[in-house]
Amino acid sequence: MATVLAIALDVAESTSLAAFAQKYGKPFDLLCLSEEAPTDLGASTAISAESFEVPPADALVESLRQLCEGYDVIATSASMFGKDFGARMAGALNRPMVGDVLEIVSEDTFVRPMYAGNVLATVRVTSPRFVTSVRGTAFSTPERSGSSAKKSLAIQTELRTKRIGVSAKEGGRPDLTQAKVVVSGGRPLKDAETFERLIGGLADRLGGAAGATRAAVDSGIAANELQVGQTGKIVAPELYIAAGISGSTQHIAGMKDSKVIVAINTDPDAPIFEIADYGLVMDLFKAIPELMDKAKTS
Amino acid sequence: MKILVPIKRVPDPYARIRLNADSSAIDTTGLKFEINPFDEIAIEEAVRIKERSGSEVVVVSIGAAECEEQLRKALAIGADKAIHVETVEKFDSLGIAKVLKSVVQRESADLVIMGKQAIDDDANQAGQMLAALLDWPQATFASKVELTDSTATVTRETDTGQETLQMPIPCIITTDLRLNEPRYVALPGIIKARTKPLDKIELSDLGATAECNVEVLSMSQPAGRSSGRKVASVDELLEALRNEKGAAI
Ligand SMILES: Cc1cc2nc3c(=O)[nH]c(=O)nc-3n(C[C@H](O)[C@H](O)[C@H](O)COP(=O)(O)OP(=O)(O)OC[C@H]3O[C@@H](n4cnc5c(N)ncnc54)[C@H](O)[C@@H]3O)c2cc1C
Ligand SMILES: Nc1ncnc2c1ncn2[C@@H]1O[C@H](COP(=O)(O)O)[C@@H](O)[C@H]1O
Repeated sequence: MATVLAIALDVAESTSLAAFAQKYGKPFDLLCLSEEAPTDLGASTAISAESFEVPPADALVESLRQLCEGYDVIATSASMFGKDFGARMAGALNRPMVGDVLEIVSEDTFVRPMYAGNVLATVRVTSPRFVTSVRGTAFSTPERSGSSAKKSLAIQTELRTKRIGVSAKEGGRPDLTQAKVVVSGGRPLKDAETFERLIGGLADRLGGAAGATRAAVDSGIAANELQVGQTGKIVAPELYIAAGISGSTQHIAGMKDSKVIVAINTDPDAPIFEIADYGLVMDLFKAIPELMDKAKTS
Repeated sequence: MKILVPIKRVPDPYARIRLNADSSAIDTTGLKFEINPFDEIAIEEAVRIKERSGSEVVVVSIGAAECEEQLRKALAIGADKAIHVETVEKFDSLGIAKVLKSVVQRESADLVIMGKQAIDDDANQAGQMLAALLDWPQATFASKVELTDSTATVTRETDTGQETLQMPIPCIITTDLRLNEPRYVALPGIIKARTKPLDKIELSDLGATAECNVEVLSMSQPAGRSSGRKVASVDELLEALRNEKGAAI
């Protein structure tokens, strides 16, 4: 009997949760809610949800509570989905939760960030049954082997909460948290059209995703889901290009684990340069078109 | 309608965080403390609802004597009453949610608006846990809230954009940064708020206990990324990326 149940929204979350569960070293089952559960990630059982749509958190927790009771550890992703659902499940099961796990120290001890990533805390959970959420950037490459038993599960679609609208999913670019290249822009991008043309344009040129600061999102220059940082998305691509971004702690919290960081800023003393591998003191309105021009097409 | 807004006292988000001598906690010498920014947005939202439709806004904070400062500020923003559950015990988010459940029941609150995350522990849990404990619907990471007497319609931020949920009241709403821009409160407002009621109670008055099943063993500060170097032109940048980092750019 598996002791860990990993609950993923999609295949991308399944991958990082499997990487976590493999490191954790106990038998695990994998439940994937919106896509067919992968069977080559080392799970004992790969469970796929039958429902057509993933319901709001209250109905989802009701649907899965009994299943979860059968496992000591419930692992979710530290995504908006995982945070919304996982913490409610922890409350429903009356179990403590260790969020944003970056590292496994032992079966009950983990490293997680606090204070916008300025502190790494080693925390111990003193209950044998608990819920975790896992940072995808810290657990990314599971071993692929074997083939899990397959199961499917019916999920109740609605309880009291009704979903009455969903914003259209922007197509085309890779998902911000999965992309190998992220090009992010800040406040000086002026307006949505300029942001899309320069930041979106360079991202497309490099086969990457576009990201933004809170200042850019707040002033309507970029869409909400592009926000990178303490309270937005956590990314760790191969290459992160920050254009017109000052480098606040809150922004850095979301991108400092990127492999290579490039900063383009007119202010030579901008804090972003302290963490950048390459700093270009230049007007982004000149630098980005030139980069688009000279970069190889991906 | 009675709206309960739980607030936490946290370090100023713009302050530099350092550890104490034995790395068991952060060094609080000279540190300024504020209302958790997400909770301030929650207070603002509750007060706007009150200004539109005449609700009662009660704020609550669980923590040491100093929390009174943040509760006073909440009263100055426009809350009607404050409850201070005074304790020096440690809690995890589930422990906080359990105490908050008792407060919700004691106050017969109809709606709870609270922060999505406390910017000290960055847990992002207490609201969802409270919703589960009360068996109320939840709308987390709200960027827009519309209420009638019996339903809440909330636009919330998701991984891929936004969705709008409709749910019966009572429910729990947790705030995202874009919900509103909290008003500025000048000193006279803070002084005037001194006459508003601030009840001090203890955990035992709520029949609650301190619970903490996630304990911090030690803290460290991440090794800072060493800064690289400045490049003089786009050409030099591309060359460095290609030759030094092997980037296919
Ligand atoms: C609780 C809380 C949570 C937060 N969470 C987040 C978060 O998750 N993510 C986040 O990003 N922020 C977050 N913030 C906000 C954060 O503190 C900063 O305000 C924000 O990151 C600043 O964005 P910016 O760098 O775009 O703007 P600014 O700080 O205004 O910087 C703009 C930069 O652009 C440069 N510049 C100007 N013109 C040009 C040009 N033509 N070419 C090149 N460079 C130029 C300037 O020199 C400057 O350095 C949070 C704040 C709080 C209080
Ligand atoms: N000690 C506390 N007193 C009152 N409310 C709290 C306390 N701790 C957390 N909260 C509330 O719970 C929210 C989420 O906290 P957390 O789960 O710690 O990220 C905060 O934004 C507050 O609204």
